[in-house]
Amino acid sequence: MSLCYAYYPGCSGLGTSLEYDISTRALCRNLGIELVDIPDWNCCGSTPAHAVDHLLSACLVGRNLGIADDMAEARELDGIITPCPSCLKNLKTTQYRLADPEFHRKVELVVGRPLRADLPIKSVLQVVVEDLGLQALAQLVKAPLAGLKVVPYYGCIMVRPPRIMQFDDPENPMALDNLLTELGAEVLPFPLKTDCCGASLGTTRKDVIAKLSGRILDAAEEAGADAIVTACPLCQMNLDMRQSQINKANHSGHNMPVFYYSQLAGLAAGQGETSTMLDKLCVSPRPLLAALAGHTGEGA
Amino acid sequence: MNIGVFVCHCGSNIAGTVDTEAVAKAALSFREVVFATDTMYACSEPGQAGIVDAIKTYDLDGVVVASCTPRMHEATFRRTLERAGLNKYMFEMANIREHVSWVGKDMEANTRKASELVHMAVEKLRRNDYLEAGEFEINKRVMVIGGGVAGIQAALDCADGGLEVILVEREPSIGGKMSKLDKTFPTVDCSSCILGPKMVDVAQHPNITLYTLSEVDSVKGFVGNFDVTVRRKAAYVDWDACTGCGECTTKCPSKKTPDRFNEFIGNTTAINIPFPQAIPKKASINADACIKLTKGKCGVCAKVCPTEAIRFDQQDELITERVGAIIAATGYDLFDFTKYGQYGGGRYPDVITSMQYERLLSASGPTEGHIKRPSDGAEPKDIVFIQCVGSRDKSIGRPYCSGFCCMYTAKQTILTKDHMPDSQSYVFYMDIRSPGKNYDEFTRRAMEEYGARYIRGRVSAIQPKNGRYLVKGADTLLGQQVEVEADLVVLAVGAEAAKGSNELAEKLRISYDPYGFFMEGHPKLKPVETNTAGIYLAGSCQGPKDIPSSVAQGDAAAAKVLVLFSKDKLASDPQVSNVKLVRCIGCGKCESVCPFGAIEMVDFRGMPKASVIETVCQGCGVCTAACPQGAIQLRHFTDNQILAEVNTLCL
Repeated sequence: MSLCYAYYPGCSGLGTSLEYDISTRALCRNLGIELVDIPDWNCCGSTPAHAVDHLLSACLVGRNLGIADDMAEARELDGIITPCPSCLKNLKTTQYRLADPEFHRKVELVVGRPLRADLPIKSVLQVVVEDLGLQALAQLVKAPLAGLKVVPYYGCIMVRPPRIMQFDDPENPMALDNLLTELGAEVLPFPLKTDCCGASLGTTRKDVIAKLSGRILDAAEEAGADAIVTACPLCQMNLDMRQSQINKANHSGHNMPVFYYSQLAGLAAGQGETSTMLDKLCVSPRPLLAALAGHTGEGA
Repeated sequence: MNIGVFVCHCGSNIAGTVDTEAVAKAALSFREVVFATDTMYACSEPGQAGIVDAIKTYDLDGVVVASCTPRMHEATFRRTLERAGLNKYMFEMANIREHVSWVGKDMEANTRKASELVHMAVEKLRRNDYLEAGEFEINKRVMVIGGGVAGIQAALDCADGGLEVILVEREPSIGGKMSKLDKTFPTVDCSSCILGPKMVDVAQHPNITLYTLSEVDSVKGFVGNFDVTVRRKAAYVDWDACTGCGECTTKCPSKKTPDRFNEFIGNTTAINIPFPQAIPKKASINADACIKLTKGKCGVCAKVCPTEAIRFDQQDELITERVGAIIAATGYDLFDFTKYGQYGGGRYPDVITSMQYERLLSASGPTEGHIKRPSDGAEPKDIVFIQCVGSRDKSIGRPYCSGFCCMYTAKQTILTKDHMPDSQSYVFYMDIRSPGKNYDEFTRRAMEEYGARYIRGRVSAIQPKNGRYLVKGADTLLGQQVEVEADLVVLAVGAEAAKGSNELAEKLRISYDPYGFFMEGHPKLKPVETNTAGIYLAGSCQGPKDIPSSVAQGDAAAAKVLVLFSKDKLASDPQVSNVKLVRCIGCGKCESVCPFGAIEMVDFRGMPKASVIETVCQGCGVCTAACPQGAIQLRHFTDNQILAEVNTLCL
């Protein structure tokens, strides 16, 4: 089975979470999933747009969906995928809302073109776990992450709202758990796996981040984890980049690396630290990885 | 033919949006209608008297009543006709309430539609035949399916009434859910002390035949004459020889067998007697756990059994019983609490169900009545009870209230305080629903005398914390979030239909609701009957019920059976299929489509022909639709009668 998707990297993928984008592309390449970037894509409006105007949000997404429609005319596509849960949520919510003919008509009027918007939309995580299956991933593993104790952190929107996202259990998702287990890591039960990290309040209300993200770091530490594994650029940023601020605010002393699952998949595939861009992480995982035999790799 | 038409006002139900007088006037112009009138309540005593008078005065041969649904009053009006000396099948009903006045507001359109429905009824009536009911013998034995408290009560009542009763139970012992309870609300009396004697009565009653570890395999026949095949599952023990001494259970080396009776808290042996008061008190082998049956080795039980009762080669046995009535009392199952991922059920060892907690409280349970956490055996101090787990939640397909969870949670907080005076119970609830006798007083006692802290709000998540649990929820009365630390969390799980209830309903040919509970004949007026004659309901198979309601319904179902059996013969329904032999080409289509097996192919002068077993035919009409020749006709609903109605409307 050969899969080909229209790929929507999202704005974070080109900036703050470059390592997520690069490692995701590498993972897909290794798994034989072909990614075709949606040409001339625009920002989906991220968190602010839908908070202001549903029509605006849908039109921003609608343009991208329209381009994907054209791509599907030119060649067979299995759907649209994106690594970012926030982009995913905007794409899927728009598709859901377009089912209303009146709304559909309005969006088409603004975007200035007819929209089919009927391609399946999924996260890269969902495609890897559900469509490709964990067996395919198992074949990729050259250097299992033996001894690495992690907690999976999905964030609040990867699987919610369930009616729209249609992926995994909204209260206790297991996709990331299973994936990481397949990579050889020891996955610990993590009760806060779908709690909110504070999301984009990081720019305006650092106190909220200190509380919410702090709670997640505390719980991960209490669970006995060496590291947190995320699937969301914003979650990763709050937990990783702001970790020292959180420590300061909460008088805590966390020193917990926060990986993207795709980075760990790269490590397990034997790619080494440089190509998985581990140097982009603020909390250095190097001491942790050095402690785990066999994962020192090429060094960076 | 002289036809009379009576158009009912039904108070303002019909007259509010239908001009009944105009309908009656219009009816006078229909063929063969010699009398038409509107009437305030056709079903009332003066209303029926008016019909009887008109039949006599105008020498009527047939009557049309335009009123409500025939499901409500067709039988009533048929009796009215009989009182006036007419054949009761010379009656037609036009439904101008459910089909007209309740669905439309436009008086003019409603009146026109009502007139058309009356016209159709008149045209059908003109083609009606006199039908006569036959009689058939009934077998005065009754089968009760399910040996919980409702089934036990029904069986004992029937048996005391002189009937021969066959009680079929799926588990190795009767007693059902009630036998697992420690105490009962609102009296806090010992559950097995009040149920135990009844269970013994069942075992000792000369009129009751008890089949445990048995399931209904198939049901054939009809009211008065059901043939029920019961599958007696292999117990791998000869129960005639087994004395219930328990020697085998003490010696069985397979000691890690999941204990069904104790709700999987603790283990039992592969050969076991489910609980000390089990009826019958006989050992049975769990085939999945038995070393001899899975690996071919062991056989210790056979060596130690003093009566040589062990039979490793025992097979399932099929027994067919002929009964005249069936009472379904198959009970309910508890909601699968692992569906709430946020409560960690199944993942966290000390998040347990209410029934598991009940077993912890019970002196005959796995901890001998000491409350111990499953994870480490420690005595919990802070216990959180979460109500409505699997009740009143549309998002998981359980929008209904299970009814008894508020009460058993209150009971459990009281028992908890009795067991451990220094403990503290917290109850997260949505509403307290305690409408039974002495029920509200009971829940108040839990709060006021036993100090259970009730918090109105749902729990969002449970997370482990330092060997305890952090229960996060909302207090909607204070309007703020709350967190409670607990040693043990008890989920008050709701009720859902018993596993396999849909299959059983299909075997019994009774209806079930979207949640799998069996449907009563009428929600108010036929609470224990079903739409299939001779089949009755008792207990939670019809919907979640507490013990008093289950017992009451068991009594009621038994009373219904005794009423049915008070006659020696029953009248058969003449509205059944009938084959015109000349037209029948013997293709067998009707036989293959009949859902009741009521048609058989017979040899008629060397030709195959269809023949209807009239007592089995339910008059559904599927065969008449399938017959390519129009040879098989449903009496009272013939092609000619239906076409007359259609033509009246369309031509």
